[in-house]
Amino acid sequence: MIALLRRDLMLATRAGGGFGLGLVFFLIVIVLIPFGVGPETAVLSRIAPGVLWVAALLAALLSLDRIFALDHEDGTLTLLATAPVPLETVAVAKSAAHWITTGVPLTIAAPVLGILLQLDPDAAVFVALTLLIGTPALSVIGTFGAALTVGVRRGGLLLSLLVLPLYVPTLIFGAEAVRRGADGVAATTPLLMLAGITAGAVALLPFATAAVLRINLR
Amino acid sequence: MPDLGKYVVEVLLAYGVSVAILVGLVAVSWRQSARMRRALQAVEDRKHG
Amino acid sequence: MSMWEYANPKRFMGWTAPVLPWAFGAAGICLSVGLIWGFFFTPDDFRQGSTVKIIYLHVPSALMAINAWIMMLVASLIWLVRRHHVSALAAKAAAPVGVAMTLIALATGAIWGQPMWGTYWAWDPRLTSFLILFLFYLGYMALWAAIDDPDTAADLTSVLCMVGSVFALLSRYAVNFWNQGLHQGASLSLDKEKNVADVFYQPLLFAIAGFVLLFFALVLLRTRTEIRSRRLRALLRKEG
Repeated sequence: MIALLRRDLMLATRAGGGFGLGLVFFLIVIVLIPFGVGPETAVLSRIAPGVLWVAALLAALLSLDRIFALDHEDGTLTLLATAPVPLETVAVAKSAAHWITTGVPLTIAAPVLGILLQLDPDAAVFVALTLLIGTPALSVIGTFGAALTVGVRRGGLLLSLLVLPLYVPTLIFGAEAVRRGADGVAATTPLLMLAGITAGAVALLPFATAAVLRINLR
Repeated sequence: MPDLGKYVVEVLLAYGVSVAILVGLVAVSWRQSARMRRALQAVEDRKHG
Repeated sequence: MSMWEYANPKRFMGWTAPVLPWAFGAAGICLSVGLIWGFFFTPDDFRQGSTVKIIYLHVPSALMAINAWIMMLVASLIWLVRRHHVSALAAKAAAPVGVAMTLIALATGAIWGQPMWGTYWAWDPRLTSFLILFLFYLGYMALWAAIDDPDTAADLTSVLCMVGSVFALLSRYAVNFWNQGLHQGASLSLDKEKNVADVFYQPLLFAIAGFVLLFFALVLLRTRTEIRSRRLRALLRKEG
């Protein structure tokens, strides 16, 4: 599995791999928000946690169809299916690669870019923390969606339609945790729920992903 | 028409929209069914005719 | 297609043909009784005025929106385990009906809420959950439409339905958590556990029965169409 992971990471970071595009997209969305809602500090500061979360969701979405597309096109995926490595492991490796190349950079960038949105310094810590806990779920759920649409040509839009509703619980608890933390209220409940969703998704979705891959590779 | 008081618009709108959706759904479903039956019949006649 | 594969759909076509008109007839009767009784012959609610009449549309449609998804989930499981094609096609057939029910629930919910909340939309937990359910339905239907091979489509949409169901439940709790502080008590509380007086309850039962029967009739009708479509595809493939 480590070999798989390393291979995906290499593929993502070499030229043309799309690494960094997610971050740039994240930045662009953040920059667009004040143009849309006005530059007033109070307004921006209030919506900053939610906007950062939504923008992170969308940025995570971007690199999802790459997860399986390239391997599917050149037949590598079929090869992987017949390899001694179980497909569940392939799914986990793909999700991990996505998280490392997209989730982690977003987690680091969000508090920094939050400055552009007048993010409350108290909130910044929670933004990073919730994204750290939540982005693995985004990767695992996204991998499931990517597996579903691997055979669909130009399935990017369909992928978004399938995956975004699945992101809603993570988004709700993540953003709520930031809001409560920033207000100084106890954020334990949403944090625990967020962690629970991530844990459950990471533990169970790879099985669904593998099942879907098997279906698509028949 | 019963006296709907000040909520005439709301109640009639609710009923209107709902009935329209239901009628539309039934109509579309019937039409799809009839079309499919005809299409299948045509192909089956071609094969066995 | 081998004879065995066709036998199940064939039997389905066989028994549904005579049942269908009765199903629609019964649905029509129950709906008419429920709605006409409720609309013309029930009093106004002391708090909500005549808008209480919307209950005869909102409650049944909301119930069916959820039950349609549950039926799809069960049908998907039967398909995955027992590979009965009729089951997979029934799930596919039920989705648009579920969408229509969800739309009615959303529209009537919003319209009913307007006089109470002063706005045409409020992020009330129940309405929001139905909005999310609507998105799940759309995704399910979009996936069916995007996959060429019918058996692959049936398999993929079945898995999606299962995963989606888990997340739909999660969303329900998340949404309640998300909006719990705001609309306490003012939310559109149509719990049947709350005392819905008898005078409202009886026409409501007819309306609910009508919606259930209509769902049943429509799913039968649409499944028949799907079965024919599948046979047509097979025949055309053999020709071409």
